Amino acid sequence: MSENQNPNTSQDVTTSTGTAGHPERFSDPGVPEHRPRLTDTDPKANKRSERIIVLLFALSCLGAIASLVAYFTVRPDGTTDQTRLSTLLLGVTMAISLLGIGIAAIHWAKALMSDHEHVDERHELRSTPEVREVAVKHLTDGVEDSGIGRRGVLKGAAVSALALFPLTFAVPLISSVGGDWNISKFRHTIWTSGKRLAYDPTGRPIKAADLTVGSVAHVIPEESEEYMASHEWITEKAKAVVLLVRLNPEDIRSDQSPEGETWSYDGIVAYSKICTHVGCPVALYEQQTHHLLCPCHQSTFDMADGAKVVFGPANRPLPQLPIAVDDEGYLVAQDDFAEPVGPSYWERLK
Amino acid sequence: MTPPRVGADADPEPLHHPPRDEDIFVKALAARRHHRAAPVVLMLLALLLTGGVYAVLAPSSATADTASTANDVEEGERLFQANCATCHGPDAEGTSEAPSLVGVGAAAVDFQVSTGRMPMQANGPQALQKPRQMDEEQTAQLAAYVASLGPGPEIPTDEMVDAEAGDASNGALIFRTNCAMCHNAVGAGGALSEGKFAPALYDVSERNIYQAMATGPQSMPVFNDATITPDEKRDVIAYLVEQRDGSAGGLSLGSLGPVSEGLWAWVVGLGLMIGAAVWIGAKSS
Amino acid sequence: MSTETASNTGAPTTPVGKAADYLDQRTSIGVAVKEFARKVFPDHWSFMLGEMALFSFVVLLLSGVFLTMFFDPSMALVEYHGAGPETMQGQLMSTAFASTLDLSFDVRGGLLMRQIHHWAALVFMASIVVHMMRVFFTGAFRKPREINWLVGTVLLILGLLAGFSGYSLPDDVLSGNGLRITDGVIKSIPVIGSYMSYMVFGGEFPGEHIIPRLFTIHILLVPALILALIGLHLFLMVLHKHTQYPGGGRTDKNVVGYPLFPVYVAKMGGNFFIVFGILALMGATMSINNVWNYGPYDPSPVGAGAQPDWYMLFLEGSLRLMPGAGTEWVIFGYTLSLNVLIPAVVIPGLLFTFLFAYPFIEAKVTGDKREHHVLDRPRNVPVRTGLGVAFLTAFIILALAGSNDLIATHFAMSLNQITWAFRILFFVGPVFAFWVTKRICLSLQRKDRELVLHGHETGRIVRFANGEYIEVHRPLDEQERWLRVNYDAHRPLEIEPATDARGVKRRGYKSDKRWQKLSRFFYEDRVEPVTPAELAAAHSHGEHDEIAPAAHTSEVTSGTDTVDRER
Repeated sequence: MSENQNPNTSQDVTTSTGTAGHPERFSDPGVPEHRPRLTDTDPKANKRSERIIVLLFALSCLGAIASLVAYFTVRPDGTTDQTRLSTLLLGVTMAISLLGIGIAAIHWAKALMSDHEHVDERHELRSTPEVREVAVKHLTDGVEDSGIGRRGVLKGAAVSALALFPLTFAVPLISSVGGDWNISKFRHTIWTSGKRLAYDPTGRPIKAADLTVGSVAHVIPEESEEYMASHEWITEKAKAVVLLVRLNPEDIRSDQSPEGETWSYDGIVAYSKICTHVGCPVALYEQQTHHLLCPCHQSTFDMADGAKVVFGPANRPLPQLPIAVDDEGYLVAQDDFAEPVGPSYWERLK
Repeated sequence: MTPPRVGADADPEPLHHPPRDEDIFVKALAARRHHRAAPVVLMLLALLLTGGVYAVLAPSSATADTASTANDVEEGERLFQANCATCHGPDAEGTSEAPSLVGVGAAAVDFQVSTGRMPMQANGPQALQKPRQMDEEQTAQLAAYVASLGPGPEIPTDEMVDAEAGDASNGALIFRTNCAMCHNAVGAGGALSEGKFAPALYDVSERNIYQAMATGPQSMPVFNDATITPDEKRDVIAYLVEQRDGSAGGLSLGSLGPVSEGLWAWVVGLGLMIGAAVWIGAKSS
Repeated sequence: MSTETASNTGAPTTPVGKAADYLDQRTSIGVAVKEFARKVFPDHWSFMLGEMALFSFVVLLLSGVFLTMFFDPSMALVEYHGAGPETMQGQLMSTAFASTLDLSFDVRGGLLMRQIHHWAALVFMASIVVHMMRVFFTGAFRKPREINWLVGTVLLILGLLAGFSGYSLPDDVLSGNGLRITDGVIKSIPVIGSYMSYMVFGGEFPGEHIIPRLFTIHILLVPALILALIGLHLFLMVLHKHTQYPGGGRTDKNVVGYPLFPVYVAKMGGNFFIVFGILALMGATMSINNVWNYGPYDPSPVGAGAQPDWYMLFLEGSLRLMPGAGTEWVIFGYTLSLNVLIPAVVIPGLLFTFLFAYPFIEAKVTGDKREHHVLDRPRNVPVRTGLGVAFLTAFIILALAGSNDLIATHFAMSLNQITWAFRILFFVGPVFAFWVTKRICLSLQRKDRELVLHGHETGRIVRFANGEYIEVHRPLDEQERWLRVNYDAHRPLEIEPATDARGVKRRGYKSDKRWQKLSRFFYEDRVEPVTPAELAAAHSHGEHDEIAPAAHTSEVTSGTDTVDRER
């Protein structure tokens, strides 16, 4: 590199620009000279390229034929291995038939077609003044002809009609697209007083004695099998799922029970599994820290401390399901959740 | 990332080779002489070595390999005092460092020791899998001792973990609800908070999978026989064994989901296509 | 060919001639062929990035047609007994999921087509992004192409929508949780959020309408819009004629390259087959979105690594980074969840606003109303290049934050620490990236000046009679030089004074002043191209034309302070 030992020249450069007979700017040297390719100068190379291209097209043909052979000979039988083999053979032969054509065509274009550069002129995109004048005249003539400027009532009537007709389409659509529009459903789940807690997905009811300390159970309300094969169930399950954890009673620092009520049972706590952030099922329970982590956005809740948020984007604790034990020792809900489960929404506290 | 397979039948070198410990000892000493945990590590290693030597010198009990005997319990206690008591306490009732082992059962011991997680090498977010340090027999003795302290989950029989006898479809259902959020949908593993993680399950032996569910090691919660019945546990094992066939669509790309797929789309797809574009755009020579 | 009637001229005799004549008499296609057959296109690999997107889209249409023949977008529940994997037998699932299993395992080549379709979708979005990067960094969005930039950005958004609606169709656990997150985001919108959620799902989430609705959006609405806009995009491209990189003979008044027929017909056609071939190879060998791993949708389970496809990762990342504490406000009893609204609505809003607005902002601060057809070298517009890199940095940091759990497991780090690092990096990273990029651009420009003024180093040392050593420099040939001097170093806007000659305050001065400030930000630091006079001065310092020992590294900047800053 040349040395930078002349810090003052910026001044004299400014002054010397455009003086001493030098032009302001360099001039365009024009399109570089065309350099012939090997295939332009050497007939042998030219012939070789042609042969390669022919071979590539031939390879493509072979690929297509091989693909048909693979299709008819490899029958997937439902096993992983056979499906994988079939997919592999069909795909690779397809790729050969495609890439053969692609590479051949491009090699053809690059090696054999003329590579002399052409120059096209560009024209400014704006129309010429004459054209514009005619265009404007056409439009003013049209406006004049329609009389839209003079006939005010007509204009108003036309605009009104155009504004109203979309309603004939939009009203039926909008009134039906949201089902019954009854957003108060966000508030309630199918948990009711005395409903048994059951294991998800088997539906076996849970006895309090089943759970050892450190146990976790994914819980659904006990329902009939028919109901659990319905759509309504899936929508209700989406709000009703609960995570049940048994802790050492002395490890529990707090829960959400109001004064005078006990929502937990002998170290067993039940919290909604639906994240208060955007509704993912929060399910990663770490036994040692009693933390519950959401795999979607990593909100972390402390199950020993009223499911309070300890990390991540959630803002509110998971709502607690008040539980008790029935005569037969099964865990049951005392009631529905005291607040809407899942993500916040505008009317949540209304 | 994947530790070597430590299966039920895998039997790494027994402790008759003190050089192995010496190696670790020397390297650890060389690298970490000035580490403040060095004395603790040193002491642990010394204890390990003592235990190892003791095991060699002690009368062999290899002949009694059926059910645990009083002799096993006795041997197990010796091993416990030498290798585990520092952290778990002389009566295995736990210290501030480590939990009580009363009532964890033989299954917990077999899981922790046969996967090399215990004895623990260094403090960290969680005990890592490493080459096992106690052979099959020593593990059994240790398990017998811990089981004698209080009732707990037992080591499953071969039939209980036989994937052939399980229902992979039911296993998929159970796994999806109870396990997939930590271990990933096919058991490729996943992250927990603060540097902990749920390990990949591809190379975990059937017996260890069962034991992990039954005992809830470390961060993992317990799935006792009421939460997931023994049959359901076998179904889960059947599901996980099914995953070892790989993916029907070709390379599984780690089965990590859309992120790895996106990465490969950029690297392979865009990489090849841009490579082709450069070739198309280059002048022929 | 001729537009006259065949009877006037000699009637064509060959079959091709007859067919052409038949067609031309009915469509005057001769005019179109005359106009377009030898239309010139410039050649450069980066001009094929948009082509890649186009061809991926064609592959998407082809493989998509295959899939629609076998896919049944119904949410009716069935107990599965079919050709699918053993782990799915007997499970309760939607018909959509069951038909996805059947078309993968029962239809020969079905799994291949599904995988090609999904890979093509990922590559489609990726090539749109790199194509936009090329357009942005070379300034191809400048007049007259601003409208086409807008069309392209809308295409990007439609691509996101197509991808999102597509990967949700199999109704599996992973995409179902994605829909659930979408529902949570929609609910966070003030006032209308709850009703919008009902509108999307036809009731409460998940309901039984969403898959058929997404299907219609995915196979009809969005592709039709994409096709229409691709048509407009290409029409404008042909109307404007393609931009070209700077070089000898390339000006804003011409276009230099090869004719459409036959060179580009072969090259573009060939590229289509190459893109299709690569996608087929990917579909054949690499599995993607194995929905039977995730299982049919059930609102209770979720898998580790719950992420969307890569182009949605930035949203996932911004949701993960936003701290929740104190960000949910209650106003008059109504809940405003800023912890969702900011990352999922405001941040993407800002990113896309930047994309839409940038060409107009740059035109305004440059005060430039000319048509541009010769591209900028990215180094010659340092602030634009810096802003582009800063934008990409923000995008990449968000995408990485969306993958933080995988980073944690694969690099043995703490999830929480990674999240904190990205929270900070999201603000610091783009600023740092901007600064570094701008500096690199200015340095490259200075290197160009050096090279033009003093030529290439030859490594040949010459000793003069007086004992002085110099290294011989070989001057640039005129093509090399032209590439390095042929650009405009824009200067900050100059505005009229606040008051006119009579001391009356001018309206609009304040607004002008603001624009001038922004303009200074863009163009205050700059490196002017070498002028012939400078080159002559550099040469006259030396003993010989090709030997230029005495160097001066001058650049002209406005304001003396900036001269110092440049050094």
